[in-house]
Amino acid sequence: MHSEYVLEMQNITKRYGENTVLSDVSLSIKPGEIHALLGENGAGKSTLMNILFGMPVIHDTGGFEGKVLLDGEEAGIFSPHDAMMKGIGMVHQEFMLLPGFTITENIKLNREISNPHFFSRIFGKNLESLDMKVMSSDARKALDSVGMNIDEYTMVHGLPVGYMQFVEIAREIDKSGVKLLVFDEPTAVLTESEATQLISVMKKIAESGIAVIFITHRLDEVMAASDSITILRDGKLVSTLRTSETNIVEMAERMIGRKGESMVDLEKRENPHETVALHIKDLRVEMPGERVNGLDLDVYEGEILGIGGLAGQGKLGIPNGIMGLYEAEGEVALFGEPLKIGDTSAALRAGIAMVSEDRKRVGLLLDQAIEDNIVFNAMQVRGEFLRKIGPFSLKNSKEIKETAKQMIKDLDIRCTGPLQLSGTLSGGNQQKVCIARALCMNPRFLFVSEPTRGIDIGAKKLVLETLAKLNRERGMTIVMVSSELQELRSISDRIAIVSEGKLVDILAPDAADADYGLAMSGINPSEQRRKEAAGHDEQ
Amino acid sequence: MRKEFDFRSILRNNAVTIMFVVLCIICLCYSGQTVAYVMFELFGRLSRNAFLVLALILPIVAGMGINFAMTIGAMAAQIAALWVVEWGVGGLGGFGVAALMTVPIAAFFGFLIGKLQNKMKGQEMIGGLILGYFANGLYQLLFLFVFGNLIPLKAPGLVIKGSTGVANTIDLSTERGFKYALDGIWRLPFGTALYIVCGALVVAMAVMFILKKIKLNKLIITAVAAAAACLLYQIPAVAKLFSMVNIPMVTFMVVGLLCLFNVGIMKTRLGQQFRAVGQNRTVANASGINVDRTRLIAVMISTVLAGWGQLIFVQNMGSFQTYGAHEQVGLYAGAAILVGGASIRKANNKQAILGCILFHLLFIMAPSAGKNLFGDAAIGEYFRVFISYGVIALALVMHAWSGIQKRKKAKAAAE
Repeated sequence: MHSEYVLEMQNITKRYGENTVLSDVSLSIKPGEIHALLGENGAGKSTLMNILFGMPVIHDTGGFEGKVLLDGEEAGIFSPHDAMMKGIGMVHQEFMLLPGFTITENIKLNREISNPHFFSRIFGKNLESLDMKVMSSDARKALDSVGMNIDEYTMVHGLPVGYMQFVEIAREIDKSGVKLLVFDEPTAVLTESEATQLISVMKKIAESGIAVIFITHRLDEVMAASDSITILRDGKLVSTLRTSETNIVEMAERMIGRKGESMVDLEKRENPHETVALHIKDLRVEMPGERVNGLDLDVYEGEILGIGGLAGQGKLGIPNGIMGLYEAEGEVALFGEPLKIGDTSAALRAGIAMVSEDRKRVGLLLDQAIEDNIVFNAMQVRGEFLRKIGPFSLKNSKEIKETAKQMIKDLDIRCTGPLQLSGTLSGGNQQKVCIARALCMNPRFLFVSEPTRGIDIGAKKLVLETLAKLNRERGMTIVMVSSELQELRSISDRIAIVSEGKLVDILAPDAADADYGLAMSGINPSEQRRKEAAGHDEQ
Repeated sequence: MRKEFDFRSILRNNAVTIMFVVLCIICLCYSGQTVAYVMFELFGRLSRNAFLVLALILPIVAGMGINFAMTIGAMAAQIAALWVVEWGVGGLGGFGVAALMTVPIAAFFGFLIGKLQNKMKGQEMIGGLILGYFANGLYQLLFLFVFGNLIPLKAPGLVIKGSTGVANTIDLSTERGFKYALDGIWRLPFGTALYIVCGALVVAMAVMFILKKIKLNKLIITAVAAAAACLLYQIPAVAKLFSMVNIPMVTFMVVGLLCLFNVGIMKTRLGQQFRAVGQNRTVANASGINVDRTRLIAVMISTVLAGWGQLIFVQNMGSFQTYGAHEQVGLYAGAAILVGGASIRKANNKQAILGCILFHLLFIMAPSAGKNLFGDAAIGEYFRVFISYGVIALALVMHAWSGIQKRKKAKAAAE
């Protein structure tokens, strides 16, 4: 039986326990086709790929429903090795290369060509000696086909990142019988010219009859490279499109979609824009996986500014960098006073507080009582809640207890009392303890990073309401970083969208979905509109 | 500017080795020993210890650091040696039987070590060290209680008189033992050995060249170096330095074979897997290499080699301390390879041999230098123990430090 399609994934449904991450998703790809897979974080792209590659994470959690067909026949893929044997290759986002090996050795890793000799006949294939000559001529062929004229004996160590990406591709091509190649965000680390080259290589590969799945967040590259597009949103298939029949704006719109009503009721008001509370210029942060790469942003006093963007684009790097949790450089001024960057205690003393996205590791001392968690920073940084007796400073338990009780009441932390261990609280209440601790510092400026990550919907609403209340009643300036657009739209006055470590645009909470979609893929919506308008005029 | 920078980086990368060379020179000046005596001692110690040091290379390449658990391999060898003496298989035959017996025992121990170390990735060295101490307890139980008690020993002098358990010292110099079994096969004075080795080397290189495995310039360099060495030896003053040296040819041949093995295995599939796993387990795993199995093999081979190394050691010594001979094996071998410029990530034959030479030079000269400088040989003795721990600590610190430097450099390059 032979099919028109190389790969068909039919009605795939995947659940992790109660949580359905993919429901009824189908996908089919012909040989020689470049198929783009689009979707926000959590849309289900990686789960779909994990299923395709038979990753243990899928099979350890009860498998999936639906069928995966290769060349029209049901393919039982139960491990990455199965996938490899069946001709499915992956070009990884993080490089899977060994720095101390030459390019040849990397391309041929664990697929070495070897010659038998006396010992290997006794002790088995593993002792056969390597035939470097044949290996390197194979590698040469693969390198040529991706248009790289670098010497195949060069060590990978010290190669420019762009080259590494091409070595990865060469390795996949070199595998015999490759039918389908998955490119996972291959252009994320490349320069513009390298990205253009990569796309032409991708097209060349497709021309040779190999099907390509192209995962990217760059919509313009999708337009340039792909033949067809699948868009996922919230684990559901939104649409399958022919690239020639769509445009960037439509894709962006479908990718975002409206996800329901605002989560918090707030009165409309004029955006505050009188005083600049925080001025950020050319901020660079070395946070692994969330690099900020020259970002400029002004935050006004009294507003709630949302920062959105896809994962890995650097939105989390902004608060973490300014608070000095990761190495950072750039100019930051708080209410006109320059802030020493990279110094956590200076930032705290200047009146910035942060509620970390990593509640369990950075945010809370899980084995400590709620009251200790609440006053911890104020005590350590500002020396409050202490009683001096000679050379010793002792905790002022009474004051601590009163503050904690007040906070518990104000923020409605559901607990048995200030002495309950914070590790035993629910996620939403833990988050409130984090906020309480930030408030204890009497901050003038509050960073809140992913405040609703991992907590249920009721608790989300409460956390957002708390933030809105702090802003409205105390006039606190808040910057909220979140990957959930709906949440940002609910309480923010303005929303900054970050892509590839840079600010793309600042949008109003009621801006069109397409604008958000475009901004998240790094395209400034108003520029795109202008370009399109110009295009229409020419016609 | 550029040159100065390079000089500094050379100094930094080889700090341990350079420090040792300086120490050796200082000791030589103050020890008052003649070079001839030092050379005599050195070659004796090299023949005893080189094998043990070379046994460390594989696990380092496989990313498991220094295999401190090699003491357990030494214990396996001592178990084998005990039984060979008990059975009274003397001489070369005894040595062969002991070597054969060591293989299954040490391989089994190595298997257990590897299994455990696979569960503690990243902490293999400290794990191996503690495992060695723990195994020492079991070893003592075996030798004090099981052997000579539950399993009676009949050979004279093997059991403590008037008590139970194996005697403190096992003597290999009787006709039941295998003292000099390997060393004694073929001994040559230094000069003759030098001519033979140089000749063999040149012939081997020539054959390789004819088979087109190497380039002509390599052959010429080898030939010139060999000729130079032989010519140098013609100077009476030089020859006098080596006048006391007698070379146990077979022992050194075995050491040479191990060197060849270490090089050869790296050119096989398995060797490629060792190196891949050593560099990055995630990448190796993603390419379908069975990481745990590869590491297991590396440790098993290393443990067996350590056992053989210990046999070579004891056949040269002629006797061994039943309850103590294995204890410092890992420590001294580990220190030696680090002195040679190896790190806990990279090691090769040259570093192992160079390290072995430098480390033992210091060992030979430190006591008498200590005696001359401080009036007490014990202070020199103290120095050599102190230094071997110091070297390991220094190497670990340097490893962490060069990691930081590298990250800094990578960052600078990225910008």
